[in-house]
Formats: sequence, structure tokens, C-alpha cells
Amino acid sequence: MTIILLLAPIGLPMAAALVYAAAGWRPYTTAWVGVVTTALLAADALSLAATATRHGPVHTAGGVIRADALSAWMLLGVAAVALLACWASPAYLSAGHTSAGRARWYGILLHLFIAAMASAVLAGNLGILWVAVEATTIVTAFLVGHHRSRTALEAAWKYVVICSAAIAIAFLGLVLLYYAAKHAGLSGEDALDWATLTGHAHQLDPAVTRIAIGLAVIGFGAKAGLVPLHAWLPDAHSQAPAPISALMSGVLLPVAFYAVLRVKAVADPALGAGYLRTLLLILALATLALAAVLLIGQRDYKRMLAYSSMEHMGLIALAAAIGTRLAIAALLLHMAGHGLAKTVAFLSSGHILHRHNSSQITDVRALATRMPLLAGLFGLAIVALLGFPPGALFASELGIARAGATAGLSWATAAAFALVGAAFAAIGAHTGRMLLSPQPVTATVAAEASDPPAALTPAAATPLIAGLLGVAALGITVGPAAGLLHAAANIVGAP
Amino acid sequence: MTDISYPQYLDLAAGLFLLTAVGVLWRQQLASMIRLFALQGAALAAIVAILGVRQHSLELLLVAVGLGVLRAGVLPYLAWRALGDSPAEARETRPVVNVSTSLLAAAALTLLAYAVTQPLVALAPSPATAILPAAVAVVLIGFFTLVTRRRALSQVVGFLLLDNGITATAFLATAGVPLIVELGVSFDLLLVVLVLQVLTTRLRTAFGSSDLDELRELHD
Repeated sequence: MTIILLLAPIGLPMAAALVYAAAGWRPYTTAWVGVVTTALLAADALSLAATATRHGPVHTAGGVIRADALSAWMLLGVAAVALLACWASPAYLSAGHTSAGRARWYGILLHLFIAAMASAVLAGNLGILWVAVEATTIVTAFLVGHHRSRTALEAAWKYVVICSAAIAIAFLGLVLLYYAAKHAGLSGEDALDWATLTGHAHQLDPAVTRIAIGLAVIGFGAKAGLVPLHAWLPDAHSQAPAPISALMSGVLLPVAFYAVLRVKAVADPALGAGYLRTLLLILALATLALAAVLLIGQRDYKRMLAYSSMEHMGLIALAAAIGTRLAIAALLLHMAGHGLAKTVAFLSSGHILHRHNSSQITDVRALATRMPLLAGLFGLAIVALLGFPPGALFASELGIARAGATAGLSWATAAAFALVGAAFAAIGAHTGRMLLSPQPVTATVAAEASDPPAALTPAAATPLIAGLLGVAALGITVGPAAGLLHAAANIVGAP
Repeated sequence: MTDISYPQYLDLAAGLFLLTAVGVLWRQQLASMIRLFALQGAALAAIVAILGVRQHSLELLLVAVGLGVLRAGVLPYLAWRALGDSPAEARETRPVVNVSTSLLAAAALTLLAYAVTQPLVALAPSPATAILPAAVAVVLIGFFTLVTRRRALSQVVGFLLLDNGITATAFLATAGVPLIVELGVSFDLLLVVLVLQVLTTRLRTAFGSSDLDELRELHD
């Protein structure tokens, strides 16, 4: 039974990809296959979470596939965002008049992408985790370049080159960690198995481990949108189709950061908490500062959302640097809340883009009066991302701030939240301009009066509303997931 | 292979491995860059084969054959195909850092590699770990090529150098990561190069050349 639970998250999306390869993307039939398989994936993640909370870690295939509370929490996030993205995809593709061939590839690659992320969080071995994270780059390359415009190709090129090089650096880190582990007496098969590694961490040679951990964190951190190798992120997130941007921002960044957390679980007992804390603090503050500066002068609303993702990943890195159980629990809640809210923001920005043919902030005016439903959904998603209650991000940011103060990192936390405040002001101002600025008094109004752009249909709005309800629900109570969250935080967090 | 000649063969292969990386920085013709890269793949396979003979390991010898086919055969062939219609004329005309400065940088990076690998060599001194600095130098030179070259294909070659260096590090330090991981890595690498090859073709159709200077529409 557990074997099925562990293999289904990889098998279900693979099956969906096969369906699209065989039958293509047909608007009223196969388009919904992906929704069914991701709904099943979500159900599977729920029962895996229940099992992991009640009975502890489960594994199969000789420990290569393994799920503990942390993996189960991540898998729930992947499943929830994937469900929303698949649910919104038919509306996105039909609005974009996508040709049959490209729609077929979209279906295949989208589900391979989900399968790769599920494998990454279920990998019991740092090597397999690495292979899965690299596989996400390969399958998303053509999704980023889906529109085949010059800008989309440019974004895809940068994405593949920077992410592959960064992840290669992470691999060098893993190779050196393996070297240290073998000299600590671990056998070849176990030496990258992170459960064993964590258990034997104090035997690792500190000098070699220090280099290894540094390289691994920089490499996986680049894939999570942290400086210094972040340049791919705004381009890829702004050029990809909206459901893909949602998945890349909402879950791919957290999955890459999950790798950092697994590395941290090995690093802290081996090197003491100070080393990785310093490294992560530098990365977090630099990422936040860069995101805040570039958000202030931002003119493109999809890039604004991309830099907002960097801002949130910076906060997540700060929480990881703090490293207490409270901080890790807040981090995991932040990942989930940001994932859902950013998904809604990207999906609604896709609808805005279709109706304006421009991603410039100045080209979108008076959205609140012209398209109230769409404006409301976009606005609420931004409000949730800015950390207003009852959204989950309010609770998680409060938790990170409190954990930072109690862990003796008040100055760093204060600096980080000052930068978050700057980003808050910038995003708020840009969004206000899009939603509330007065109507333009030129030909566009006349053109719009005679040929109004299609309103957002209730069917297309449903996944967005579901996402917003999810964020609010998570903010009010984690409910039955509290046990899972605590168990997951205990795996990485220092007491 | 006697005990005395084993370190010498290993040093010879590692020397060739490092020299080809420097050669990539020196040459401006994309075609000769790819030839040098293929030669480096052969040197990498030779390093692994020497280790295999030394350790009487059939598995390592088979891995060496596989590596040779992939890195001296398939990957250079794919890169060659991405050159397009006139391979002889494709040149790296205006690198961000010119050739003589690049060569100086390569020397500096090699010294840096010797400095940072000291703890790695100290953990388990042996003829194999003694040449770890060369492998790490190739990683650094590959990264340097990646960030300072403007043609799409030279960036791909830079990425492949980086990867060769990492593979060499893996085999010299630990006789290779577990086979399942090594297979996954090789498969991923092959796919990355295929993806980049398709993207190069599409870039050429969209921009008329693969000079990445043209790629400047996305910025802040």
C-alpha cells in the first residue's frame, strides 16, 4: 500500500504525459485528464501526509524513494499548485489560440515537470534529488520558450544556461560531500542517502564538508532564485505561459529550496549552525535588497511578480538561516501560502495580458471599473502576497520575525523586514496604478466601448477563487495539518 | 601497469585534460573549440580507464568506454551540428575578455584551484587525488568561458568543460558516484545539450545569428 502511495506521485503525471503524447490536447476531453490526475495526486499526497505523521518516514525501492513529514508537506504544495495550474490551463490555451501541436507538447511537458518535482521531494538520496532538480530545468526549457517569440527564446536560453551551470556547481558540492562521506566510513550506496548522512554528519571531514556545503547551497540556491545566479528568474517567469509561471514560482522555487534544507540538515551537525547561518543570511539579505530595488522601478507587471518571488525566497532563506523549529515551521507555511497566492497572481496576470496584449503596467488602467472580477482576483492575490491577514503569509511573516528576534538575529531580521517594507510599498503602488488609475480618455476607450474585451467567465475564475480560499484558510488555521507541520519542522529545525 | 608508471600515465592524461581547457580559451574558431572539447573527452575517458586498470575494476573500464562515447563522440557531434551551414567561418569574434587576458585568467584560475583543493588532497593523499587541482581548474575555466564568451555555441562548450571538470573530480576523488546517479547525470547532460541545440537553431531562425549580443530585449 505504501509502495503505491510512494510511486503514484511520479506515476500519475507520467501517465498524463503519455495520454497527451498519444491523444494530443483536445479541448473538451483530454484537456481535463491532467486535472483528474493532479486531483488524484493531491489525494495521494494527503494520505501520504497522514501516514508520515502517524507512523514516521516510509520508503521503498531500497530507500531511493522515501517520504517523511517534510517530503509530504512539499508534495502537498506541489499537488495543490499543480491542480490549480492544470485546472486553469484549458482556459489559457483556448484564449491564446494555441496550435494543436504546441498544445500537445504543452500537455506532455507540463506533466513531466510535475513528475520531476514529485520525484525531487520524494528522493531519499541527494544524488537522485539532484537528477530530479536538473530534470525540471530540461522539461521547462521549452515551456518557457512556448511562445517562440524573440523574448521567449532569449528567456529560455538564459534559463537553461544559468540553471544548468548553477546546478552543475551544486553537483560538484555533492561529489565532495560524497568524498567526505566515504572517508568517514560510509559505504558507496549510503554515502549520498541523506538520512544516513545526517546520522553520521559529525564524522565528516570539516574542511572538505565546508567547501561541499557552500557549493551545494550556492548551486541549489540559484535554482531557488537567490543571488548571485538569479538573472534567469525574472526573464523566465515573465515569458513563460501563465500556468507554467505559476508552477515555476509557486512550487519549483520551494522545491529547489527544499534541497537546500536537506543539505542544511547534514551541514548543521557536521559544521555547527554558524557556517550555514552566515552564508544564508548573506544570500537572503542580498536577494531581498536586489528584489526591493528592482521592484521600485518596475514597469512590467509580470516581472513585478517575478521579483516578488525573489523577495519571498529571500525571506524563506532568512527563516532557514534562523533555523529554529518555529522559523522552519513559519518557512514551510510561507512556502505554501506564497505558492497558492502567487499562482492566483500569475494566472490572473495571464488573463490581464490576453486582454491588453501588453505586460506594461502603464498599459493597464482602471482595471477595477472595466473588469471588476479579474481586478478583484488579481488585487486579492497581491494583498495576500503583501502579507495582509487573513492570508497565510501574515501568519508566516509574523512567525519568521518572532523566531528571528528570539534567536538573537534581531538586526538581520529588522534589516530584512525593512527591505520587505520597501518591496511592499513598490508592489502596492504599481498594483494600485493598474487597478485604480483613471480611465484613459483616448481612442482606446471608444474602441473598447464598441468591442469590449471578453469578461472573465465564472468557469475560468473558479481555480483562482479556490486558490485564494486556500491561502485564507491556511492563514486562519492549519487545522489537521498542524501535526504534519510540526513533524516537518522538527526534521530540519534546531530545538 | 607498474606502480611507478601509474602516476605518470595519470599525470599525462590530467595534463592533456587541463591543456585542452586552456586551448578552448585560446582558439577563436568554434570548430576548433569543439575539436579540443572532443580531445578533452578522450582525456577524461583515459583518466577513468587508468583508474580502472589500477583498481582492477571492470565496472570503471566500462564506465570509461561509456564516457568516451558520450563526451568524445556524441556531445561534440551534437555541438558540431549546431554550428549550422558554414562551420569553418563561425568564430568567436568579440569575447567580453580578449584572448590574452583570458589566458592570464586561466593561469590565475589554475593557481586558485591549487589553493582551494588543499583540504581535498590532504584528506586522502594519493596519485589520484594529487591531480584534483587540475580537475577543479577545468571547472573554473569552464565557468569563465561560460560567462565571457558571446556566441551561443561557445557558451555551450564552456558549460561542457565545467561538466567534464566535475566528472573528473568525481572519479579522481571517489572513483565515481554511485552508478545510478552517474547514469542520471549523463542522461541529464545529454538532454541539456539537445535542448540547447534546438534552442540555438530556433535562435538562429529568430535572430539571424547566434551571437548573444542580440539577446538584450529582456532587462531592467
